[in-house]
Formats: sequence, structure tokens, C-alpha cells
Amino acid sequence: MRFEAPETIEAAVALLAGEKGIARPLSGGTDLLVQMRSGRVEPDLIVDIKRIASTRTITREGGGYRIGAAVSGEELGEHPTLPQDWPGIVEAAHLVGSTQVAGRATLAGNLCNASPAADTVPAMVAAGATVRVVGPDGTRDVKASAIPVGVGKNSLEPGEFVESIFLPERAAGSSDAYLRFIPRTEMDIAVVGVGVSVTRDPDGTVTDARVALGAVAPTVVRVEDAEDAITGTKLDDDALAKLAAACEAACSPIDDKRGTVAFRTEVAGVLAKRAIQTAYERAAQ
Amino acid sequence: MSALHISASINGDPTEFLCEPDETLLDVLRDRLNLTGTKEGCGTGDCGACSVTVDGRLVCACLVLGAEAQGRNIETIEGLAGDELHPLQKKFLEHAALQCGICTPGFLVAAKSLLEKNNNPTEEEVRYWLAGNLCRCTGYDKIIRAVMETAEDMRRGNHAT
Ligand SMILES: Cc1cc2nc3c(=O)[nH]c(=O)nc-3n(C[C@H](O)[C@H](O)[C@H](O)COP(=O)(O)OP(=O)(O)OC[C@H]3O[C@@H](n4cnc5c(N)ncnc54)[C@H](O)[C@@H]3O)c2cc1C
Ligand code: FES
Ligand code: FES
Repeated sequence: MRFEAPETIEAAVALLAGEKGIARPLSGGTDLLVQMRSGRVEPDLIVDIKRIASTRTITREGGGYRIGAAVSGEELGEHPTLPQDWPGIVEAAHLVGSTQVAGRATLAGNLCNASPAADTVPAMVAAGATVRVVGPDGTRDVKASAIPVGVGKNSLEPGEFVESIFLPERAAGSSDAYLRFIPRTEMDIAVVGVGVSVTRDPDGTVTDARVALGAVAPTVVRVEDAEDAITGTKLDDDALAKLAAACEAACSPIDDKRGTVAFRTEVAGVLAKRAIQTAYERAAQ
Repeated sequence: MSALHISASINGDPTEFLCEPDETLLDVLRDRLNLTGTKEGCGTGDCGACSVTVDGRLVCACLVLGAEAQGRNIETIEGLAGDELHPLQKKFLEHAALQCGICTPGFLVAAKSLLEKNNNPTEEEVRYWLAGNLCRCTGYDKIIRAVMETAEDMRRGNHAT
């Protein structure tokens, strides 16, 4: 195996594209090193992207945030304004492992690793995040939801990697939230995860909503029926019941020791209700 | 594989080492530099026994490649005590916050990193911060109390850290 730590995007792309064997970008390494140790992946080349300056910064772009691919979850939480604008993204990133793990783990790694239970992915999909992919054919921006395509599989072409993730400008009266269920209070893998984002007008009517579920299907699921069920309402009980029912209908989870199909499905509805109420209250502030 | 030549600062000392591209920082510290205070419990990020800081950031050394250390400042448990034990180390002794001791370096490095960020943490904050450090022996309570008391002493200015 070779290890390279280029300082430019061009050099990183050339290295990744030029490798005939298995090449892997390295961000925080909290998935990659575990997989190498267990023998699940045996790369011929690792390209550490952390020496590329643009992967290390959070910059304002228009009213939004461009988050470099190597920015860790802990760094997101330390930003002066991002936690107020995108509390759901930050709470999802903080749920990734321990303090030590969140000190390295990145949104980009969580997304590209393509685990169905990845915590930040439903939060990014609910946020309407876009992903800047760089590669031999130049730069393209895609929706976060387009990156994971199956369990452990992403849509990147050989030579491509994620340079940054963009969170759009917030309309007034907007906020987000992420909730997950795990059998204990810390350090576990989501049995169900729910990311939501909501915008309300001054009298409290929901004008826009996004709902995304994790760990209930091979990839993240956006639930437009749940969004429609609450848009135009003030989150009355009837609207919340419809939201929960739509989330349950969108689930096709696995059955395992951590949760049965019936349990995961019911919890998806319950968590969706709680998450949307949290985001709705935050949006009022 | 060809070995890489890496220069880093370790506990303030400029240090050079050779390492294989797939070797972890934990293996470099323990097997090449004889800094065996940093422990290996799992090798997969779950136990925190290998906690160190890289450029001030608390991480698991088992999830960092040795090669990534190039030009970085690494702090390990060996850098904690000066001429005297660090206040956290004293409090751990006072409270008997250790039994077999294998988790202790990780807890100390992690707790120091918390107190540098926040010298007035709630018990809940301490418990969450240290949730990635596992201890098979103590039941955690004495560890939490030792950290809370060290923080209190720091706030009173009883000693420099
Ligand atoms: C103890 C422990 C607890 C954990 N707990 C959780 C948890 O609660 N929730 C959760 O969701 N995850 C958890 N994880 C998994 C992991 O921490 C996350 O998935 C993390 O976000 C991965 O980010 P990373 O930067 O470390 O990725 P890496 O390990 O660097 O990379 C992961 C994968 O993505 C690829 N990749 C990395 N960066 C890029 C890029 N810029 N462009 C293209 N491909 C790239 C890599 O080649 C690799 O295949 C845990 C891991 C550990 C060790
Ligand atoms: S040895 Fe690194 S976390 Fe257990
Ligand atoms: S004292 Fe034995 S593991 Fe903590």
C-alpha cells in the first residue's frame, strides 16, 4: 500500500485516477481504518485529502455554508454561527461515535461510506445539502441523496472525491433537527434515524418541510408524503398522525437483533413526530 | 511497502520516525518510539485507551495513520506530568479512580482535553465527553468525581495546569 497526502485537488485527482488497484480517499479515517484492520478493504493507495486547504475550512457562500470535506464533527459544533443555523446537522455530527471519533469523523466520510445507518446523511438530505465532487472530468455539484446508492456503495466514479458539502441559505423561520433511536445513550448504531427541516411563516403555518429517514432501507429515504402531510398546517394532531403514517409506509427495514421490522417502522413514525416538533419550535426563535 | 520518513513534534520534542504506510499512530508510539503509556484496548475506536491529541484535538491513535502525523503536534500521556504529577493524576490517585489502570492514560488525556475547553463542566457533560473511554473495573463514578473535583480546583486557581 502507498500513502499520499497531496496539497492540491489536481494532484489528488491524478493520484486517485492513476491507480490501477484499489484507491481510497482518506478524510477522518474512522471508517476506513476500521475496515482496513478487519480486512474488509485492502487499498493499494490511500490519498489523504486533509492537506488540501479547501477541504479544511467552513466558508460562507451567499447565505449558505461551504463545509470542506475534511472538517470534523467537532469543528462543525465550534463554528460561531453554523450551530444556530443548522442545529440538526450539528447534532447528527455529534452523535457520530465518541468525542474522539467526532474529532476526526466528517460529513463527507459518513456520506461516501454509504452505511444505511449513517447519522448525518438523513440530516443532510433534509437540509437539501449539495455535494461538490471533483474528478478527472472537472467539478460537479450533486444532491447529497445521490451519493449513497446501496449498502456500502457510492456513486462516485474512479478518480473522483468529495471536496466540500454545501448547506443552502436559510429562509426566515427555518430550522432543522435530527433524532435517532439506539438501545443505549451513547456509542451505538442507529436503529432508526430521522432528519427534518422546516420553514414556518410568522403565524406558525408550515410553508416548507423535508423529512428523511435513515436505517430503515438500504439507503436514506426522503418521505415526500410526510412533507405534504404537514405543509400548510400548524402541526395539529391530525397532521402529525399523517406524517407518522407516511413515514411508516416509507420504511422497508431489516429484521435483526437490534430491532424488528415492526419496531423500526413504528419508531420511525414516533421519531419523525418528535423531530418535526423540535425543528418547528426552533424555527420560531 | 516502503517505509515513510515522518517528522512530528511529540510532547514538545521534535521526533523523527520511519513507519509503514498502513501503520497506525498507536503502533508507531508504542512499538517504534517506546511510548507505551498509550494503550491498545480494541484498535477500532471503541474503547478510548489510545486517546492522544493531534494539534490539540482529542482523537483515537488507533484510527490515525502514523504517516498522517507529518508536521503535527502530538501529545500523549507521557507529556502530562511535569516535575510533579498533573492535578488530574493526583485526583485520580486520591479518589482511587483506577484499578487495573489500563484505561487510565486514555481517561487522563481525554479529561485534560475537556478541562482545557471547559473548566466548568456539568456532570452530564463530563459523562458524555468521556463516553468513548471504557473502564472495565471502576464503574466510572470515581473517575467522574475525580474529574469534577479537578475542575473545581482549577476554577479556584488552586494549581496551574
Ligand atoms: C467507535 C466508532 C463509532 C461510530 N459511531 C458512529 C455513529 O454513531 N454514527 C455514524 O453514522 N457513524 C459512526 N461511526 C462511523 C464513522 O465514524 C462515520 O461514518 C464517519 O462519519 C466517517 O467519516 P470519516 O471522515 O472518518 O471517513 P473515512 O474513514 O475517512 O472514509 C469513509 C469512506 O469514505 C471514503 N471517503 C472519505 N472521504 C472521502 C471524500 N472526501 N470523497 C470521497 N470518498 C471519501 C473513504 O475512502 C472510505 O471508503 C463510528 C465509527 C467508530 C470507529
Ligand atoms: S485502542 Fe483505540 S479506541 Fe480502543
Ligand atoms: S481501571 Fe481497569 S479498565 Fe479502568
